[in-house]
Amino acid sequence: MSVPIAAALELDELEVVYRVRGTDRAVLHGVSLSVGAGESYGLVGESGCGKSTAALAAVRYLPRNGRVRSGSIRVAGSDVLALSSEALRRLRAERLSMVYQNPIDALNPTLRVGQQIAEVFRLGGVPRQEVRERCRDALARVQIADPGLLLSRYPHQLSGGMAQRVVIAMALAKDPALLILDEPTTGLDATVEAEVLDLIAQLRSDFNTAVLFISHNLGVIRRMCERVGVLYAGRLVEEGAVDAVLEDPQHPYTVGLIRCIPRGGARKDRGRLDSIPGFLPSLGDELPPCAFANRCGLAAPICRSEEPPVHRSPEQHMSRCHFHERAQELPRATDLAPPPEAAAPLEGEPLLRVDDLATVFHQRGHEVHALAGVSVEIWPGETLGLVGESGSGKTTLARTLLGLLEPMHGSVALDGHVLPALRGRSQEQIRELQIIFQNPDSALNRRHSVRRILLRALRKLGDLAGARAEQRLFALLDSVRLSERYLDVRPSQLSGGLKQRVAVARAFAGTPRLVVCDEPTSALDVSVQAAILNLLVELQASERVAYLFISHDLGVVRYIADRIAVLYLGRVMELGAADTVFDGPHHPYTEALLSAVPTIDGAERERIKLAGELPSATEPPRGCVFHTRCHRKLGEICERQEPPLVAVADGRQMRCHIPLEELARLQATEAVSSR
Amino acid sequence: MSVLALPASAARARSARRATLRALASSKTFVVGVVILGWWVLCALFSSVITPHDPLTQSPDVLGAPSLHHLMGTDQLGRDVFSRVLAGAGSILAIAPAATLLAVAAGTTLGLLTGYLRGAVDDIVSRLIEAVLALPLVVIAVVVVVALGHSTLTLIVVLGVLFTPLITRTVRAAVLSERELDYVPAARLRGERAPHIMFAEILPNITAPIIVETTVRLGYAIFMIAGLTFLGFGVQEPSPNWALQISDNYTLLAAGNYWWTVLFPALAIASLVIAINLIADGVSRVSER
Repeated sequence: MSVPIAAALELDELEVVYRVRGTDRAVLHGVSLSVGAGESYGLVGESGCGKSTAALAAVRYLPRNGRVRSGSIRVAGSDVLALSSEALRRLRAERLSMVYQNPIDALNPTLRVGQQIAEVFRLGGVPRQEVRERCRDALARVQIADPGLLLSRYPHQLSGGMAQRVVIAMALAKDPALLILDEPTTGLDATVEAEVLDLIAQLRSDFNTAVLFISHNLGVIRRMCERVGVLYAGRLVEEGAVDAVLEDPQHPYTVGLIRCIPRGGARKDRGRLDSIPGFLPSLGDELPPCAFANRCGLAAPICRSEEPPVHRSPEQHMSRCHFHERAQELPRATDLAPPPEAAAPLEGEPLLRVDDLATVFHQRGHEVHALAGVSVEIWPGETLGLVGESGSGKTTLARTLLGLLEPMHGSVALDGHVLPALRGRSQEQIRELQIIFQNPDSALNRRHSVRRILLRALRKLGDLAGARAEQRLFALLDSVRLSERYLDVRPSQLSGGLKQRVAVARAFAGTPRLVVCDEPTSALDVSVQAAILNLLVELQASERVAYLFISHDLGVVRYIADRIAVLYLGRVMELGAADTVFDGPHHPYTEALLSAVPTIDGAERERIKLAGELPSATEPPRGCVFHTRCHRKLGEICERQEPPLVAVADGRQMRCHIPLEELARLQATEAVSSR
Repeated sequence: MSVLALPASAARARSARRATLRALASSKTFVVGVVILGWWVLCALFSSVITPHDPLTQSPDVLGAPSLHHLMGTDQLGRDVFSRVLAGAGSILAIAPAATLLAVAAGTTLGLLTGYLRGAVDDIVSRLIEAVLALPLVVIAVVVVVALGHSTLTLIVVLGVLFTPLITRTVRAAVLSERELDYVPAARLRGERAPHIMFAEILPNITAPIIVETTVRLGYAIFMIAGLTFLGFGVQEPSPNWALQISDNYTLLAAGNYWWTVLFPALAIASLVIAINLIADGVSRVSER
């Protein structure tokens, strides 16, 4: 450990309140934490627990209605709350850097990248003639290949990963004492996320900068941080070394949070996911002395009468729970036993047959080949998982199946009958295919009540009206575990999980045979995600509905999918049973995707770095479309000849010039050598 | 399964409409506007009761200066200016809202059609709108009124048609951003037809810009009616009317210092337009939050 000099960040008994409608509502309750010089500290918790507020308070940048009621904040030894505005400005300019979630929003769209980076140096007092040189160095440090070219670009010309590198370059331009990263990789693809995380890790070791890393993703925290603090309802409930907290959690909330995450080969037919009962408290709710008591399976009367004391082990593992030594005995909130027939065998004829589908968009005179000859089949009652980076054609495939987009050629057939585009479909055909969108805020009409939304769906999809619709409405609510009392409220008054339940109910208002799930849980907190995934599995078992499940979260896909298709630039690269796709041997692209995902188990795989960015779909590479980034490229054959998608084993298809046995051999030897 | 407790926010947010009204009531500009408008509405409704003199009765006391008997003096026919100002609110307060409502109805429908359907409909209507907007409104209004003949109905229709393009443009822009939201494809995927999607799904979500646009147009309508009437293409004699009072008397300003015959009706028009603008301001601020 380093010599104890002034901590980079010290929060002491920090209380932050937001003024809402004339009353102060506490967001942070007595939060004390310290990030040592050069240390990387992770702050985790679900939405609304106060993570971002803590970060904003640290730089004294709270929204107008927020203020620090008591406690102290010290950054690199100086008391932030006592600083004059000029001293605060200098502290922000010289010692502090922040990187936010959406890099494109963090850059000024009207200024060239070069001007924006130069600003940081000018503020730091670098002489004018040196600025340009320093800008190039800064970009080179974040591994941007051609800094000169990038300096003259505008932010909208950059990809998300590239823009985040620029922001990080700006953040590190002044050698800050404290770098605050607020969900820096949340909007990025897994492969890009992995690169950005590697970059941050490497820069951190070069510069010895202290980092406050805020994330809801425990896997990312595990990869990036030395210590971690868990926030719940504005209270720090557990803190300690990352390995200790994630492997030997001492607070029931942490235990519950870890159990919600589908991992380690969890599958829908082997057990339900656990979830945390109840809701995240909202601002201003009355909470018992232990804030988690209402949702805790271990709660005893003492939890509602006395605030739990801070328990600190000799290894500095802190927990704020009366029963910290029993935390891992937390009873499950859901049955472990999976619903019967959670994974139906593939029988009979395929429900849906997609044959050589190609979709082209026209953008400013360019042809974008979003899908190029995709053929897949979906059997009744199965879940086909669809994975790939953004821009791989996942959503285009889903929208084409549903008829929202018209394919250029190829066909979609249901029960052997070719489906026309939506306009030409009969009401019967429309009812067979439904969708659950990613974002329920956008998918539910915000001016309609839940009752109106569901009754309309029952009428159009179930052909029900009047008393029979009302009857079915209650059955439907029951099947998605939604209380009747929500019928007369509008979606905006519901939490994210409840909204998504309404969206699920709407999709199941008739008797759909295929439901497209377009990232249905990616906008939700993990505890809510677990409940929605359980619900989807139950509905599938009882209704024998098939899912086309799109997700960028491979753990989620592995949990719910029977078979998986991996898409790259509008082509299926690999297709097979979920277990075989995950266990290998993998297509090189799948291999890279899998290695990119940070796991909370800490078992790091050898990271495979994909070279460069996803090529543009307007001019896909010749030959194998993946050859520009492939780490197993054979040579000229990959550049000249596109490998066909061929059956390599029973029910398994792959698009690669390397034979399956060779891939198996390569991947097996590397796995051994990396251990 | 989970305990389904009603989130505390639900009860609070249930009175969203009431909260909007409360926000309006606490906006000074809005309240002042409503008070002034309310005053003129009362005058229009009860002019026969509250006017101290009959606004049409002539008297030998011609062009009398303001006095206790005639608060705002008398005009060249000896009629009481104060009574005529009070009674003059009627015609404008009937024609302006009628014309505005016509424009809002037509503009909203066209905006929904062009914004939702896009394609050829959008191209044709949008070009037509641009053409209309390129013409000077007052000149067109004058020409049409002359061609069709003076009547209240003509005035309403002409103003309604002239204001439609502006409202169409506002509504179309709002529809274009709404149709990107997933509830629109969700409706299509349950087999809803275009009219249902436009009027039952999208329309309730764009009421805020429509209401703001309506209040703004109402102010313009009052202005236009007064202007047309002053030019002699609006409401006809002998009903008392502010703009007519001005046009009848403004030549007297040069002849002698008979300012009261023009000033008070002019102030009345100004107060009404300002009131509507204050209301528009309050409404748009509340709807932006």
